[in-house]
Amino acid sequence: MPGDARPKKKTIRMIPQARTPAHEQDPTERACNFDEVNLGYLVEDAQLEAERCLMCPEQPCVAGCPVGIAIPDFIQRITARDYRGAYDVITATNLLPAVCGRVCPQETQCEGSCTVGDTLEPVAIGRLERWVGDLAIRERWSNVPYIQPSGFKVGIVGSGPAGMACAADMAKAGCEVTVFEAFHEPGGVLKYGIPDFRLPNKVVDAEISKLEALGIRFECNTLVGRLFTIEQMVEEMGFHAVFVGTGAGYPSFMGIPGESLNGVLSANELLTRCNLMHAREFPDYDTPLQPGQRVVVIGAGNTAMDALRVSRRLGAESVRCLYRRSRAEAPARAEELHHAEEEGIEFHWLASPVELLDDGKRNVCAVRCIRMTLGEPDASGRRRPVPEAGSEFEIEADMVVYAIGTNANPIIGQTSKLKLDPRGYIATDASLATSIPGVFAGGDIVTGAATVIEAMGAGRRAARAMKAFLGLRDTDHLYGDAAAEPRSRMFGIDRAERGFARVRVPR
Amino acid sequence: MNQARVAGYEVVARQDFSDVTFLLEVQHPQLARAARPGQFVIIMASEHGERIPLTIADYDCARGTVTLVIQAVGKTTREMQRDCRVGTRLVALVGPMGVPSHIGQARKVLCVGGGLGVAPVYPQARGYKESGAYVIGILGFRNRELMFWEDKFRATCDELIVCTDDGSAGIKGLVTEGIRLAITQHRDIDECVAIGPPVMMKGCAEATRSSGIRTIVSLNPVMVDGTGMCGGCRVKVGETVRFACVDGPDFDGHLVDFDDLMFRLQRYRATELAATERFNESCRMRNLTAQPVVAE
Repeated sequence: MPGDARPKKKTIRMIPQARTPAHEQDPTERACNFDEVNLGYLVEDAQLEAERCLMCPEQPCVAGCPVGIAIPDFIQRITARDYRGAYDVITATNLLPAVCGRVCPQETQCEGSCTVGDTLEPVAIGRLERWVGDLAIRERWSNVPYIQPSGFKVGIVGSGPAGMACAADMAKAGCEVTVFEAFHEPGGVLKYGIPDFRLPNKVVDAEISKLEALGIRFECNTLVGRLFTIEQMVEEMGFHAVFVGTGAGYPSFMGIPGESLNGVLSANELLTRCNLMHAREFPDYDTPLQPGQRVVVIGAGNTAMDALRVSRRLGAESVRCLYRRSRAEAPARAEELHHAEEEGIEFHWLASPVELLDDGKRNVCAVRCIRMTLGEPDASGRRRPVPEAGSEFEIEADMVVYAIGTNANPIIGQTSKLKLDPRGYIATDASLATSIPGVFAGGDIVTGAATVIEAMGAGRRAARAMKAFLGLRDTDHLYGDAAAEPRSRMFGIDRAERGFARVRVPR
Repeated sequence: MNQARVAGYEVVARQDFSDVTFLLEVQHPQLARAARPGQFVIIMASEHGERIPLTIADYDCARGTVTLVIQAVGKTTREMQRDCRVGTRLVALVGPMGVPSHIGQARKVLCVGGGLGVAPVYPQARGYKESGAYVIGILGFRNRELMFWEDKFRATCDELIVCTDDGSAGIKGLVTEGIRLAITQHRDIDECVAIGPPVMMKGCAEATRSSGIRTIVSLNPVMVDGTGMCGGCRVKVGETVRFACVDGPDFDGHLVDFDDLMFRLQRYRATELAATERFNESCRMRNLTAQPVVAE
């Protein structure tokens, strides 16, 4: 364990007290372009911030990470200027550091449980991870382990974060992996949803090319369920196991009057047109988008922040956010909310729309809202918003964007016999196995809308179960701790593998 | 990146029906096997193109092709009319999308196609014929010059009524005239399938409402992904809001709010007009530069 080589124990007084700020584009300047807002760290910033880690023995950050990255370990390697080593530590558990460093809600995960955070601002783990990920892209590092072909074929439905994570683990376990994507480009929500100023599509492409280096094939323009079914994949197409990670998709509306007026759309539609289809570069790209001048976005999650900030960059005069609870309850990442405020987005907390008004030509012209107050906590633990009688008011708007969440995408349910839960999501057991043997599912299509890293965590959990199903050795276990725990081995064989039997033999 | 993305989908046949309407047959054996009547595809003609939904007009498992009939009305479709020749490739082709039409136990069926809708109603007519129904085809065109596939329908339908606005072929009048004629001649029609422009489908639904004939229409609203993700294609059906791409595209014509659909089809009108205008301009420029250059 590198612990033996550690210098004397650091204390909270010894470390740099202030968190190292990331370089950012100026708010007024960036509100007019789609370039990345957070420019990240330079090497000296990373060095300084890495100093702030106490290397505490409890390592609460590792427990706080949905995929369990060995965070102190990679930070220590940054301090030791062993950057390649830091990358190796991260990629042992997370293949997409450049993505996760940008989009994870670190404040509720690793950084939220950081020991330094008890007294000072927590270590900027996300920024450090991103710095390592970006360096790896620049230096063209990739970790392609020796892969022993297992002879198994694995099909992955959906090329978003859940599918990518599952694909990577299965490819490392020697499976021949094919990822199917309905869009014309792989990446799922990372491409169509998250805008370039937060996660540039070229970063996503760079990470995807690393997956291709593992031998994973991406097949786009393939709508699984309709072009062929999950059952056909298992029974006819020779896939020994299938993972379904199709995401939640299907956007929700509120069912209030005026929702079919022109100028009213889902955040998914706005973002897909703008990000994946490049409508912002119209007429160089053909996809149209009629940008609003007075935009109202309903909701205060990450998708809402993206919609607000995209609208601002498309040149709207005013961009307003309506949320029925207060700022404290807003589900968006702290950084996104902060960036949106800096860019001049107006927030109307404790207000909810009741009707969208028609200008007489079937275009939306205003939102009628009602003030809310917070009552008793509801099932989610957040205080329930209660409408205040007689407090209606109107906000002018020529574009209204719904970002209030999504429902389950119905296609897989329509076309397969997979058991669904009462809300229409795929029902799975704890190991993410579905009702069809060999078919696993994870990410938003199982849990409902969540985060990128949670979807990746689910993809990896499903991969573990899939390996057990196929009778493959658990490669995490095999390669992960060999040197660390010699005593767990007998005659060079991992104790966890005792009684291990390969249950299926490929042709 | 992957094969399909680089290679695209090859156009193997093209037929021009008129100045604005043309047919493309595209190679995609897997899609040809999976397609069912009533489904649609989304295509991208070029790297910078938009995704546009097109109803599948026919499919041939043996040849491994799907047939699309396209009307050159906007920038993308006019560009396709100019550029999609045999041997060229579509950048993206995905499908079949939507819930296939339910070809039930109906014994006598009207299959009504208006204009471009004549193409996608063909697989339905054939499907009903194969299920043993008595099929009455009703096709509407503006005039004789715009007519296509009359022979294909004659070979499939038990009866065929052609309607033209100017009376240059068949009976003079809209398809609704044809429907009235058929209803007076046949008292036992179980079902009507109508595909065409929204105003035509609205007319058909009105024409069959009083006789209580179940009327299925196929809606083609603005959509981006076609997989239920963007919600751009939401339509009002009775009291509910449905997504045409995954809940449809077939709906009960007597319940669809066609006025809402027609307004929603205008959503990107201004931008679309600008794009078409710019395209026309670039075509003129292209023609100008194609002239021999006299002197420098």
